[in-house]
Amino acid sequence: MDPECSRLLPALCAVLADPRQPVADDTCLEKLLDWFTTVTEAGSSLLLLQENPCLVELLFHVLKSQDLSSRILSFSLRLAGIFAAQENCFQYLQQGELLPTLFGEAGPLGGAAWTAPTVRSGWVQGLRTLARHPSALRFLAARGAVDTIFSLQGDSSLFVASAAGQLLVHILDLAMRGTAEGRCGPQACDWPACAQKVVCHIEDSLCSTATPQVTQALNVLTTVFGHCHGLWTQGLWVRLSPLVARLLEKDPVPASHSLVDLLLSVARSSVLSSDHGLWETLAQTLSHLSPTQAGPLALGILELQDCPQALRTQAFGLLLQPLACVLEAAAQAPGPPGLLEGAAGDSMTVDTLLSSRSACVGLLCCALAHLGLLQPLPQRPSPWPQVPLLGAVVTVLRLCSGSAAPTSDVGGRLCAILVGCGRVQRAALDFLGALSQGTSPQELVTQVFSILLEYLMSPESSSMVLKKAFQATLRWLLRSPKSPGCCDLDPHTQLFLRELLPVLQKRLCSPCWEVRDSGLEFLTQMTRHWGGQAGFRQALLASEVPELTMQLLRDPESYVRASAVTATGQLSSWGLRATPASPERPGAEQESLLGELLRILSTDSEGFPRRAAMQVFTEWLRDGHADVAEDPERFVAGVLQAASRDLDWEVRAQGLELALVFLEQLLGQRGSRCPYAVGLPETAPPGMPAQALQVLCRVQLFEFAFRALFDCDRPVARKSCDLLLFLRAKAAPCGSPQEAGDSPTAASAEAMLQRWQAGEQGQPLGYLEPGAVVAVLRSVDLEGLRDTLAESSDHVEKSPQSLLQDMLAAVGVLGENEADCY
Amino acid sequence: MLDCGLDMTSTLNFLPLPLVQSPRLSNLPGWSLKDGNAFLDKELKECSGHVFVDSVPEFCLPETELIDLSTVDVILISNYHCMMALPYITEHTGFTGTVYATEPTVQIGRLLMEELVNFIERVPKAQSASLWKNKDIQRLLPSPLKDAVEVSTWRRCYTMQEVNSALSKIQLVGYSQKIELFGAVQVTPLSSGYALGSSNWIIQSHYEKVSYVSGSSLLTTHPQPMDQASLKNSDVLILTGLTQIPTANPDGMVGEFCSNLALTVRNGGNVLVPCYPSGVIYDLLECLYQYIDSAGLSSIPFYFISPVANSSLEFSQIFAEWLCHNKQTKVYLPEPPFPHAELIQTNKLKHYPSIHGDFSNDFRQPCVVFTGHPSLRFGDVVHFMELWGKSSLNTVIFTEPDFSYLEALAPYQPLAMKCIYCPIDTRLNFIQVSKLLKEVQPLHVVCPEQYTQPPPAQSHRMDLMIDCQPPAMSYRRAEVLALPFKRRYEKIEIMPELADSLVPMEIKPGVSLATVSAVLHTKDNKHVLQPPPRPAQPTGGKKRKRASDDIPDCKVLKPLLSGSIPVEQFVQTLEKHGFSDIKVEDTAKGHIVLLQEAETLIQIEEDSTHIICDNDEMLRVRLRDLVLKFLQKF
Repeated sequence: MDPECSRLLPALCAVLADPRQPVADDTCLEKLLDWFTTVTEAGSSLLLLQENPCLVELLFHVLKSQDLSSRILSFSLRLAGIFAAQENCFQYLQQGELLPTLFGEAGPLGGAAWTAPTVRSGWVQGLRTLARHPSALRFLAARGAVDTIFSLQGDSSLFVASAAGQLLVHILDLAMRGTAEGRCGPQACDWPACAQKVVCHIEDSLCSTATPQVTQALNVLTTVFGHCHGLWTQGLWVRLSPLVARLLEKDPVPASHSLVDLLLSVARSSVLSSDHGLWETLAQTLSHLSPTQAGPLALGILELQDCPQALRTQAFGLLLQPLACVLEAAAQAPGPPGLLEGAAGDSMTVDTLLSSRSACVGLLCCALAHLGLLQPLPQRPSPWPQVPLLGAVVTVLRLCSGSAAPTSDVGGRLCAILVGCGRVQRAALDFLGALSQGTSPQELVTQVFSILLEYLMSPESSSMVLKKAFQATLRWLLRSPKSPGCCDLDPHTQLFLRELLPVLQKRLCSPCWEVRDSGLEFLTQMTRHWGGQAGFRQALLASEVPELTMQLLRDPESYVRASAVTATGQLSSWGLRATPASPERPGAEQESLLGELLRILSTDSEGFPRRAAMQVFTEWLRDGHADVAEDPERFVAGVLQAASRDLDWEVRAQGLELALVFLEQLLGQRGSRCPYAVGLPETAPPGMPAQALQVLCRVQLFEFAFRALFDCDRPVARKSCDLLLFLRAKAAPCGSPQEAGDSPTAASAEAMLQRWQAGEQGQPLGYLEPGAVVAVLRSVDLEGLRDTLAESSDHVEKSPQSLLQDMLAAVGVLGENEADCY
Repeated sequence: MLDCGLDMTSTLNFLPLPLVQSPRLSNLPGWSLKDGNAFLDKELKECSGHVFVDSVPEFCLPETELIDLSTVDVILISNYHCMMALPYITEHTGFTGTVYATEPTVQIGRLLMEELVNFIERVPKAQSASLWKNKDIQRLLPSPLKDAVEVSTWRRCYTMQEVNSALSKIQLVGYSQKIELFGAVQVTPLSSGYALGSSNWIIQSHYEKVSYVSGSSLLTTHPQPMDQASLKNSDVLILTGLTQIPTANPDGMVGEFCSNLALTVRNGGNVLVPCYPSGVIYDLLECLYQYIDSAGLSSIPFYFISPVANSSLEFSQIFAEWLCHNKQTKVYLPEPPFPHAELIQTNKLKHYPSIHGDFSNDFRQPCVVFTGHPSLRFGDVVHFMELWGKSSLNTVIFTEPDFSYLEALAPYQPLAMKCIYCPIDTRLNFIQVSKLLKEVQPLHVVCPEQYTQPPPAQSHRMDLMIDCQPPAMSYRRAEVLALPFKRRYEKIEIMPELADSLVPMEIKPGVSLATVSAVLHTKDNKHVLQPPPRPAQPTGGKKRKRASDDIPDCKVLKPLLSGSIPVEQFVQTLEKHGFSDIKVEDTAKGHIVLLQEAETLIQIEEDSTHIICDNDEMLRVRLRDLVLKFLQKF
C-alpha cells in the first residue's frame, strides 16, 4: 500500500465508523473492497493489518456500534472475509475473537441488522471469501455457521439464497479437497464431518415433500457437478443418484427445471459421463417429464459429445414429437412413413398441444427453437430428417396463416389454436431459415418459397413476422443452386423473384416503418450477393424497387433513411440505378445519388443516415465506384469537409476510415495495408511521392486528421493519431524538417494546432503546403499523444488514492476538495 | 324492435346509374331467354355474362310478414348503419311508437339517408322494371336474379320528406341514460366503440337483464371505447353485428390500403375509394394524414365527393363527448379532434358535393377520390369507374365490407384498372367475442345461426365461430325463439306509513316475518302496497257511491304458522294426552303418525300437516291443538 493511502486510511476508517457521516455511494464501498482484494493478493494481509491498525479498529467498532448502517455492516463482514482468507491473518483475527463475534451469534446474525438482506449477503460473501483453508472449515463447523447457510438457501432475497447455495458448494469442495482424492466412496464414514453435514442436508432436501427444498438441493448439486471436477464427485453421485431417481417416481415430478439442469450438469462432467446409471436416469427422465419439460433435456443430451445412441434416438424423437403430431394432424390422407414416424402419435404430446393455447404455443416454439439450435451442430443426429422437418415447418406456417385445411379433429383444433399466432410464426420462420442449409427436393423447395411468399404478401403478417420472413427468404434464396454451366440464377429462383419484387415494392410503401426498414435490409443483402447476376438485375430494373428506394432516402423515419442510404449505395455499386423518370411525370428527374447522399451527410438531423452515408462513401471509394472514380480528389475533399463538422463521433471516425482508404489507393501497393500497426517493421519502402503529399494537402486530409487528433471523443483521436503517425513515417523523405519548419505557414499551423488542442477549434487551418505539413507532423508529439490516448479516460481518477480522497471529500473531511463537488 | 337496417345488396342486381350519359351502359344488349324470346330485353341488360335489371335500384326491406309493425311500441337503434330502413317502417306500416337513438346516430344517419336519396333522385330514370319480378318469369332468369329472395317486397328508395318524417319520431338519448318503457322495463344505451354514437342496449327489469350487443368494437379508433362492464350479469346477451370479414385484421388492411394507394399514385395512377360518407373514412383520412409525408405523397390531392361531405367532416369535429379520450382532450386545447381539419386547411383534402361545379375546375391527376356509393350502383363513384376503368394505372380500393367487390364490379367488366380488396371492419371478431363473453359472463348467448358454425368456405376454421358455454342459442331468418328465462318476480313498493305499521318477528336468526294487510295498487306496471282503507264510517247513506270508493273486504286473517314438528316429542305429547297404540312411519317427504286405536292418521310433511280422521271433528280439533303447540304463530 502506498504511503499516501496509508495516511488517508485512518480518516477513512473514522468516516466509515461514524454513523453521522453516511457513505452515500455504494460503488465506493465496492471499489474499496476491490482495492483491498488487490492489496491482499499482492502481499500479506497480516502485515497490512499490523501496519494499519485502524482497519481492525474499524471492525471492532462495527461490532460495538448499534446504529451503523446496514451497508457498512455488510462491507465490514466482506472486508473481514478478505483479510481472513490468508490463514495467518485468520489466526490473528481469531485470537482477537473478532471473527467469531463478527460471524457468530454475537454479531449481526443475532441482531436486528440481520433483517437487512444486504447484511445477510455480506455475511455469506464474507464467509465465502475466508473459506480458503482448513482453519476456516473448522471455524465454520464449530460455530454452527453451516446451519445458518442451510436456512439462508431459502432466503427471501434471491441474491442471498443463491450466494448461500454457492457457499455450500464451496465448503463441500474445500472439505473434500482435504481428503485424499478418490478415496471417498458413497459410504458416509468416508466423508469429512463438514462435508458429511452438507451432503446429509442435501439428502434430506431431496427427500422433502416441499418443492422449494428439492429445488435448492438440485441447484446446489448442479453447481457442484458443474464446477467441481474432483474424483469425489463420483462418490457423491453414486450416493445421491438413487434419491434423484426417486424424484422421477413422483407425479408431477418436482422442480423439473432444476432436475434437468442437474442431470445435464452431471452428464457434461468429465468425471461422471461414463456412468451407465446416469444414461439410464436420463432415459427415465425423458420418459417421465412432460414434453414441455423434457425439451431442454433432450436438446442437452443431443449436444453431448459422447452419449449412447439409444438415448440420442430417444431424445431426438422427443424433440420431433410436436412437429410429428402437427404433420400427422394436418395430413389429408395417411402418407408414407417418414423419419418422424417413430415419434408420431404420442398421446402425451397431443394432449399437451391441445390442452390450451399457451401450452400448444409454448411446446411448438420450444421444439422449433431446439431443433433450430441443433441443426448447425456437427453432432446433430444423423441422418437428419430434413424433408419431414421441412414439411412439418411448412405445415405449421400454413396452420398459422389459416391456409391449411386439415380434415382431422386434431388438425382442426390445432388450426383454431395457431391461426394468427405471431410467436409460432416467428419461431417457425427462424427454423425454416435454418433448414435452408440442408438439401431438399425441388418440390418441397417450391412449397417453401410459396409459403414465404404467402407470408410476405399477407396483410395479416406483423412487422416482426415480416422481418423473419424476409430473413428466411434471403437464406433460401442464397442457397439456391446455380444452373449447371451457367453463372446465372436457376429458373425457379428467377420465377420466384418475379413474384417477390412486386411484394417488396408494396412493402417499401408500408405505413409501418419497421416493414419499410426490413424490406430495405432485405434488398441490400440480396443486391450484395446477386448484384452481378443478370437475371436478378433484369428483374430488379424492370420493377419500381430502385426508384422507391431512392424515394425512401427522404423517409421521415431515420432508421429507414439509414437503410435506404445503404440500399441505394449497394444498388449504385452494382450499377442498378432507378430507371429514368417517365416523360409523363415531369419534375421527377433523376437526381444524382452522390449529391443526395452528400445532402444527407451534411443536413440530416439524425446520426444513423449520416453514418450510413459515410459507410457507403467508404465502400464506393474502396470499390472504385464510377461516380467517385470520375474525380476521387473532389469526392474525398467534399466528404471530409462534411464529416469534419459532424457532431456524431462515429461519422468522424468513419471519415478517418475513408481517408485511410484514399491513402491506400494513393500510395498504391507501396503503402502498408495496415497503417495502425505502426510498430510493425517497415518492409515496404518508406517513401511517399511529393505528388501524393500534394494531393493529400489539396483534399485537406491533414486538416481533417489534425482536427480529429484533438477530438473530444477518444476513439476518433486515437484513430487520427495512428493515421498521422503512418503519414509521418511515409512523408519523412519529402523534405528536411529545418527547411520546412522555417516556413511561416508551418509556424502558424503549429500555433493553430495548439489553439485547437486548447479547445478553440473554431478557425480553419487553411491550405497547407506539403513542406509545412511534414514540419507540423514532426513537431507534434504524436507518440506522446498516442500513449496518453491509450490510457483510459479515468486513469487518473481510478487510483486508490483518488478513491480514498473522493470518499473523504464526499463527507466533507477534505475541505480543500469541496469545490470539486460543484 | 332492435334496429332497423336496410339490405342494400339487392341493388347489386341493378345497372349503375351514371351521372353523365354513359354510351357503354346505354348500349348494353338486352337479355333474351334461351329460346330467343326477347320480351324482357327492355328490363334486363347483359354485361360480360351477367344480367342486370335496367331500372331504378330497389332495396330489400326488413321482414314485415312476421309481425304487425303497427304494434311495435319502441325501436332501439344501435348505430347509423342500422337505421337505414326507418322511413319504410315509420311511414308505411302504421307505426306509432317511439324510436330511441343517440344524437350522432341520428345526425350521421340523416346524412347517409340524404346521400342515398340524393344519389338516386338526381339521376331520374323513366323506366321501371317489374315484369322480371313475376315468380314464373324469375325462375327462368340466370343467377343471381333467379335466387334473389322476396323480390316482390323490394322497394324504391324513400324520399327526403319521408326521411324527415321518420327522423322526427326519434327521441335522442345519451350513453348510460335510463329510459323507462311503460314501467315494464328500463332501457339504457352504452357505448359500443364502433362508430360515433353507436350503442349497445341494456333492457332490464328489476330481476332480469337482457343485453343487446350489436356492431361493437374493441379497437382504438375514433369513437368512445366500448362499455363492457355494464354488460355484466346479463341473463341473456343477444349478440349480432360481428365483423363481416373475420379473417381480415383492420390494421393489416389499413397497411394494405396505404401501400397500394402509394404504389398507384407513384406510378401516375389515380385511386378510387368507394365509401360511405362517415365512419371508416375518418380513420382512413387520419391514417393518410400520418402517411402521406412518409410516402412522398404530399403533393397528391385527396378529393372527398359526397352531397354530405361537408356536413360529415364538420359533424365529426363537433361530437366531442362521443369521441375517444385522446380526441376529447384535443378539444380542450383547443384543437380539432380529427386531423382532417388540417388536411383541409392545407388544401391536401378537398371536398365537393358532386363532380359537377367546382370540382371540375379543381380536378387534378393523379389523385385519390373518396366517394360513394360502395355498391358502385349509384353516386359519383359510377362516373369515376367509367372514367378510370380503362387504364391499368388506376386502382379501385374497396374498404367497405358490406358488398362483395366482385359483384360490385360486375357491370364494369371488362375492367383494366387494378382492384384491391381491403375490407376494414372494426367490429368484434371471434377472438374478441370469446374474450368479451369470458369477461361479461352472460347466462345465455343468443346469436344468428351463422356465428355458430365456421364459414362455409372455410369449414376447417373452428376459430371463426362463437365458442362459449353453455353453447349459444342460434336463430335464423323468421324463426321465433323463446328466451331462456321467466319473469318470476315483480318488485312491489310499500308505502312508508304501511311499512311503519309492520311488526316483524324473528322466526330464525336473521329472518323476520310480518304479515301485511294492504291494497295492491297496480298502474303502468308499477306495483304499490298501500295501507288498507279504514272501515267505512256509517254515513247518512244518501251520498251516491262512486266506483272508486269500492274497497275490498278486509277479512280478519288467521295467524300464520311456522316451525317444524319434532316427531318424537309429538308422539310423547300424544301419549301424555291419552293416545295409545301410536305407530310412526317414515315417508319420503316426512312422517305418518298412525293412531291405530282412533283410526286416525297424521301426515307430517315439511310444509303441511294433515289430520285424517273419520268424521270426528272433536278429535281433529284436539289433535290440531296438539300440533299447534309445536308451531309459532304470528
